[in-house]
Amino acid sequence: MTPFFTLVRRDVALAFSAGSGALLGVMFFLIVIVALPLGIGPDLNLLARLGPAFLWIGVLLSTLLALDRLFQADHDDGALDLLTLSGLPLELLVLAKCLAHWLTAVVPLIVAAPLMGLFLNVSPTALGATILTVLVGSPALTMIGAIGAALTVTVRRGSLLLAILIVPLTLPVLIFGIGAVNGAVVDGLPFRTPLLLLLAASLASVAIAPFAAAAALRAARG
Amino acid sequence: MWKLANPTVFLGYTGRALPVLWASALVLLVLSAWMAFFVAPQDYQQGNTVRIMFIHVPAAWLAMGCYALMAVSALGTLVWRHPLADVSIKAAAPIGAVFTAVALMTGALWGKPMWGTWWVWDARLTSVLVLFLMYLGLIALQNAFEDPGRAARIVAVLVLVGFVNIPIIKFSVDWWNTLHQPASVVRFDGPTIHPTILWPLLTSAVAFTVLFICLHLTAMRAEILRRRIRTMTVLTAQRAESGASFRPEAAE
Repeated sequence: MTPFFTLVRRDVALAFSAGSGALLGVMFFLIVIVALPLGIGPDLNLLARLGPAFLWIGVLLSTLLALDRLFQADHDDGALDLLTLSGLPLELLVLAKCLAHWLTAVVPLIVAAPLMGLFLNVSPTALGATILTVLVGSPALTMIGAIGAALTVTVRRGSLLLAILIVPLTLPVLIFGIGAVNGAVVDGLPFRTPLLLLLAASLASVAIAPFAAAAALRAARG
Repeated sequence: MWKLANPTVFLGYTGRALPVLWASALVLLVLSAWMAFFVAPQDYQQGNTVRIMFIHVPAAWLAMGCYALMAVSALGTLVWRHPLADVSIKAAAPIGAVFTAVALMTGALWGKPMWGTWWVWDARLTSVLVLFLMYLGLIALQNAFEDPGRAARIVAVLVLVGFVNIPIIKFSVDWWNTLHQPASVVRFDGPTIHPTILWPLLTSAVAFTVLFICLHLTAMRAEILRRRIRTMTVLTAQRAESGASFRPEAAE
């Protein structure tokens, strides 16, 4: 497993090195959260009701931002060729890069979420539920996104195409995430069921997506 | 199946079959239109708008059937490496997208007088809309590659990923909808449907299926010919290039 963690460490280090724009995702998240109330109006009660959904959609969009470079940067400079020759199975390589992406692109969003919640007047219960559901559900976003990143690895300007391909597939994650938050806030709605479904989506995608992404990488780089 | 793997054999067979298929599609479409207008009665609640169903329901069936066909073709590309499987995917995607769009639009036309609105976020409508978006994504991915050989396996992977996801999306959207509002769809339950409606509907479904087969085979033939032209253009360009470099020697 050492090559696996070496690769994770390398990708995390690269993400935070100069010129990589590690916190651009968080800034984009902030911009989205600032723009929405300006479009909707300053009614704090309305914002509090819509807040968790905004946070989830903000996380979904911000996660997409960093995905297009997930394999493309290494494909363009030849590092991916060396990595595939290193003996690490392509499936594990995908998993390592996804873990690094989750740590560097998604965890900062979760850390920033309380501040965004403050702007949107989200109640502590709803905020806690949102953070918990994002924590549980975001691995699925990264893993499904990795399939799209692998499919578009050789496509110039693939980021928009990636978003078009991936967002429909991530809708169940969004639905169960918001569903669980609603369950935590509104009496009579289930909380456990959507949370467990969200967990199932994440676990299943961690198990299946590396194979699909590896197949896509092989096909794309053929 | 493997005999048809040779594109020339495929072109020969389909070239002979297609005129018959197109003719029967035309006859069936005219027949189903006649049955829809003159055999099927007006619905006591829906009036004449019930006739939209004879386009809407077959289009929705074929929208899903087309994706299933593409999933089988994707297996054909990835597992059996059948040379025509990828042509089948490429030809089917736009047809599936159009049938999905037809289902959505006729649904909206029916919904306006019946429900009073063009669109509701009903579970079934939403999942068909997501299916439409997936078709568009597939077409966009196909168009992102210049070389059809390279696109084939990439697109096949996405088709299969989508195929695995469709039941999950359907389940999540159903769940989401029951969370927000109870289902308000007027349903046709199979056995309760009256024969005077059922027979025109089935005729229309058969007519649309034959039409789909005609469109799909014609599009496959066009794609095979398009690829031949592309190969010939590339070869001609290569020959012209090598010819240009030889010309000085020939002049000597």
